[in-house]
Parts: sequence; C-alpha cells; structure tokens
Amino acid sequence: MGYKKFKILTSKAVPLQIENVDTDQIIPARFLKATERVGFGDNLFRDWKYNQDNTPKKDFILNNPIYGGEILVGGKNFGSGSSREHAAWAIYDYGFRCVISSFFADIFRNNCLNIGILPVQVSDDFLSIIFKEIENDPKTLLEINLLEQKISIIKSRVSEFFEINPYKKNNMLNGFDDIDYLINIKEQISIFAKNTPL
Amino acid sequence: MSKTLFDKVWDSHVVKHVSNGPDVLFIDRHMIHEVTSPVAFLGLEKRGVSVLCPNKTFATADHNTPTVNQHLPVQDPLSANQLKALEENSIKHKISFWGLGHKKNGIVHVIGPEYGITLPGATIVCGDSHTSTHGAFGAVAFGIGTSEVEMVLSTQCIMQLKPKKMRININGDLGKAVTPKDVALFIISKLTTSGATGYFVEYFGNVFTSMSMEGRMTVCNLSIEMGARGGMIAPDEKTFHYIKNREFTPKNKSWDKAMDYWQTLYTEKDSVFDKEYHFNAVDIEPMITYGTNPGMGIPITEEIPKASFIKGGEITYQKSLDYMGYNEGEGMIGKPVDFVFLGSCTNGRIEDFRAFAEVIKGRKKAPNVTAWLVPGSHKVLNSIKEEGILDILNKSGFKLREPGCSACLAMNDDKVPAGKYAVSTSNRNFEGRQGPGSRTLLASPIVAAAAAITGKVTDPRTLF
Ligand code: SF4
Repeated sequence: MGYKKFKILTSKAVPLQIENVDTDQIIPARFLKATERVGFGDNLFRDWKYNQDNTPKKDFILNNPIYGGEILVGGKNFGSGSSREHAAWAIYDYGFRCVISSFFADIFRNNCLNIGILPVQVSDDFLSIIFKEIENDPKTLLEINLLEQKISIIKSRVSEFFEINPYKKNNMLNGFDDIDYLINIKEQISIFAKNTPL
Repeated sequence: MSKTLFDKVWDSHVVKHVSNGPDVLFIDRHMIHEVTSPVAFLGLEKRGVSVLCPNKTFATADHNTPTVNQHLPVQDPLSANQLKALEENSIKHKISFWGLGHKKNGIVHVIGPEYGITLPGATIVCGDSHTSTHGAFGAVAFGIGTSEVEMVLSTQCIMQLKPKKMRININGDLGKAVTPKDVALFIISKLTTSGATGYFVEYFGNVFTSMSMEGRMTVCNLSIEMGARGGMIAPDEKTFHYIKNREFTPKNKSWDKAMDYWQTLYTEKDSVFDKEYHFNAVDIEPMITYGTNPGMGIPITEEIPKASFIKGGEITYQKSLDYMGYNEGEGMIGKPVDFVFLGSCTNGRIEDFRAFAEVIKGRKKAPNVTAWLVPGSHKVLNSIKEEGILDILNKSGFKLREPGCSACLAMNDDKVPAGKYAVSTSNRNFEGRQGPGSRTLLASPIVAAAAAITGKVTDPRTLF
C-alpha cells in the first residue's frame, strides 16, 4: 500500500496505562463495515472515548488536550484478540506512527509493521519510567531512532535498545512492503506451487 | 534432529528463507469473508495484479450477516455493501463463493472442515484470528491481517517468522460435565491471555486423542486466546474418518497418496519444545469467566479471585470487575443471567447443540432469559432438524436462528444491550464484544444450557 518511511521520530506521547488492551477496544466491531480504508481514525477507542449518547468521556486520555503526539504508550500485552487490521489502521489514521508497550500480541504486531506503524517493545521497567515521566510532564519528548534501534527520553537522557527483525527494519526504513518482495520471487513461488501435494 | 508435527508441516511449506528474516510460507488454503477482504481486493487493483490461485481460495459470508429472515434483502446498507463487495470480488477473480442463503454457507471455520477444505498437513490462513480452529486436523492454521490477505491473494504466500514451539500435555479422565471448552478455558486461565504469545502450540495427551473432532476444534479454536499463533493436534484415525469422502477431500489414488503423507504427521520421540506444560485432567471442572478477557476464568463453583492475588495490573483488574459489576471474593453461582448465546466457531457445531439439548430436554426456558441459538452453518442447521433436536428446543420454549457469527462479535443486529449479562459459548468476553456495554460470561454449551433454564449461573452437575 505504501507508507511513509520511518527513520527517527521525536514526539510527545499519549500514555494509556491499561494492560491487555484488545483490538475490540481499539476499534469495536460495529465500525468494521467499510469496504475502503477511510474514517477509522475517528472511531479509535470509540467506546472509551465517548458515552453512549456520543458525548466525550472527560476522563479518557485521548480527550485530554494536555496529551498528544505521534506516539501511543500502552500497558502490557497490547493488541490482543481479533486479527482485524482495522485496529492498526485506526491508530495510524488517528496520527500515531509508533506504539510502545512491554509486550505485544503477535498478529497486531505484524499488522502494525505491515502498514507502517513501528511497535517498540521495551522492558517493564522502562515502560514504567516512561509512564512516570509523562505523568510528571506531559510535554516529555521521546525519540525513536529506528536505525540504531534506540528509544530515549530526551530530557532525562535515559534510553533503551529495542529489538526488531532486520528484514522488517529494512522495510520500515524504506517504506517497502512484503508484497513487493513476494512479487519479485513469483517464479520461484509458481514452481513451488506446482509441486505441492494438496 | 527429531521433528515435531509443527516442524514437519511448516518446513515443508517454506518456499524460501529470507536471511535474517521471515520464511516465505506457501499457503494451501485461503478462506476469506466479507469484513477483512474488501480492502485487500482494492490493494490488488491498485497494484494491477490478480488472484494467483483462485482454486485454493474460498469465500463465505458470515461476520456481518443477519440470523433471521436471511431470504430478505439485508437491511443495514453498510453490511449489504460489504456482502456485495465479497460477491463481486469472488466472481471477478473466479473464487468459490458461498454467500448468504447458499446451502453451504456458514461460519468460515465451521464450513472448512465440513466440506473437506481443511486437511491434515495443510497451511491454512484467513483474516480471522480463530483460524487456529483448523489445527484440530493437524494443519498449520492461523489468522492474518488484511495486508496479509492481500499478500496471499496475490502471491499465495505469506512472510512469517517461524514461531517457537510449545506443547501442552493433559492426561487422565475428564469429570462429569467437563467439556473441551472447559479444558481450553482452564488452560487459558493458567497461561493467561499472553502466555503463549510467540508460540505455536501442540496439544498432546489422551484427553485430546479421546475428544471428538468437534471437541478438538473447540480447543484449537481457543489457542489464540492465550496469544498463540495457532494450536494443533496430530491427525489420527478419527481425523481421517472425519474427512473421508467430503466434497474437497482427495479421492481414490490421490487419497491414498495423501494418506501416505498424513501418516507421517506426528511429533517424533525426543523432539524438543521451547516450552512444555503438563496438566491433569482431574483438576479441570466446568469453567466460567468473570472478567473481560478469556484468561479470567474459574471453576464455576469458585469465587472471583481477590485483586491482591493477581500478579501486577491491579488497576486493570479492578477496571474489569467494575465493568462486569462484580466484586472480588464473590461466588459466581446464582448470578443473574439475561441472555444465553449458543453459537460461534467455538461452539456452534452439531455436537454443541446435542449437548445443549440434552440438558434442556423436558425443561422450560427461564422467562427472564433471551436465548439466541445460532448454528455455525446450514449443515449444522440441517442436522439439528434431522436429529430431532429442533423439536426438543421448541418444546422447551427455544427458537433457532439462521447461521452466522451473530453475537460472537455483534456486527449484525444480535447485540446484547448495555449492562446485561450473557452466558456465551463464544470466545471473547472483551468489553463491548457482544454489543456496547454488554457483559459476557464465557462457558460451555452445557453451562449455557443450565443458565438458560434456571435464569442464573448454575452448576450443570446439579441438574443431572
Ligand atoms: S464466530 Fe466469532 S470468532 Fe468465529 S469467525 Fe465468526 S466472528 Fe470470528
């Protein structure tokens, strides 16, 4: 599909200090009826963001104008549940380019990487430091350096290395996707296909 | 080195290994449905490519479909639009399409096995996380996102890092009213919803070999709820007997050839797993969930754990109990129930309806309960009628709906109202999963039946 290349991102972050955030919360099923990828950002965390009468829930973090930026920080086990890529689309379309957590669900992580969101997995300790720093100062800036695989809290100068598969890293740095790769080896795939038993 | 069942199936499908990267995995069966495919087809159009293997691709409509009056036009314009897109895309790309009203229509993971699309030793993907269901036949099956759907449509391959391997061993005899659903909820309660993230699970032991194919599907279906990429069980005589002579199963010589391959699909002695768990069948009881993720399950007669016993995440735990309207330390027995949902790809097969019927037979539906009984497919629906189960249900005051995912994800009109409690045989009790504000208690068809006739959470063992 093509997405913006990801090199270095310096931004404020929105702290969502909840564990096991599942994809049904990120985007409830009733908003999955589109046949095009449009309008998902508006319904990000819909039922946490709005009351049933569509008035905003004041205490939800995305409704608090103090917080903002292109980074979403979530509690442990972020993105569990359904395989709906709409969850990643909603996050991207809302304006986030990076999600930080101490643990990600598998399919969600893949979906993010496939559409150009960088999932950054940090240690439990580093995650609590991030939450604490943002709590003290909502303007706290984080820097994500993909090339060096390093996440830093700029003011306090603490940083941590994060893992990413080298192939996926290269894709993110260049804005490539898997389909480009696969189409290039189509011949090899066709030969393989002819020899499959099922 | 000794190979596991998973190794054998995975490795034989690797077209190419990207150095320092994922495997290019060839996909034998790709199932698609109306919700996660339209954007993938748009992607194909943008790239100007077509579907590489239409004969390995199967489309059904299930997520979004009404479960009453399916012969009438779909009311919701957005749903109707998605269904139309699936039909048009399938026709355009010459993909087998079993849409709404088709006699083979049903939930994607129910119809795959019913028609022999699901086979041992195959790689199977679908844009739905419960694709793990097909692992019951010894397939490597897992859910994918829409970009990956596009990938498989255009190249019949997917790029995946090979997951780590986990084995879950359970031996012994299951107690009264303990079903495969309880076995799965028990495992998830022990491992938590992230306990198997990064792993592919093999279920091993006499508990799984003695299960019917339907039961194995229920167990494998729920693998994703502990974070696993998928779960599988080695094929055996029961598996071969189940698939023989189904529409898409190989016939005659091809069958013999396939059998030669399938007989090799087992984990060799001395194989090493990255992680192993051992549980005892006698420790498993009828289960029910009390919170907002499938890992929050307890034996039905026990009390809701105290927050202080929960490792970390106390804020999240409290938020979850508040949502459910429960307090720590309370028992689940006797809690009021407003809705009962029997259905989904977890427990919407004929065996589940038989089990439900056995409990409610000769009894009456509780007046305070609204029951949605939704077969997983037309084939299941027909069996319900043929086996006389429909009569039993009707006599007890229950009605049967038409097949689809229904209240499992509540994309259609089958939504549990805010604040109401539903005992559901589906797979997720997330906040709002069954409708905004709905509260879900996951359980087996037997526990659901007990709730349906008593109007509250009831230990089914007290009923027979
Ligand atoms: S029944 Fe539920 S889990 Fe199964 S395919 Fe349908 S929506 Fe997915």
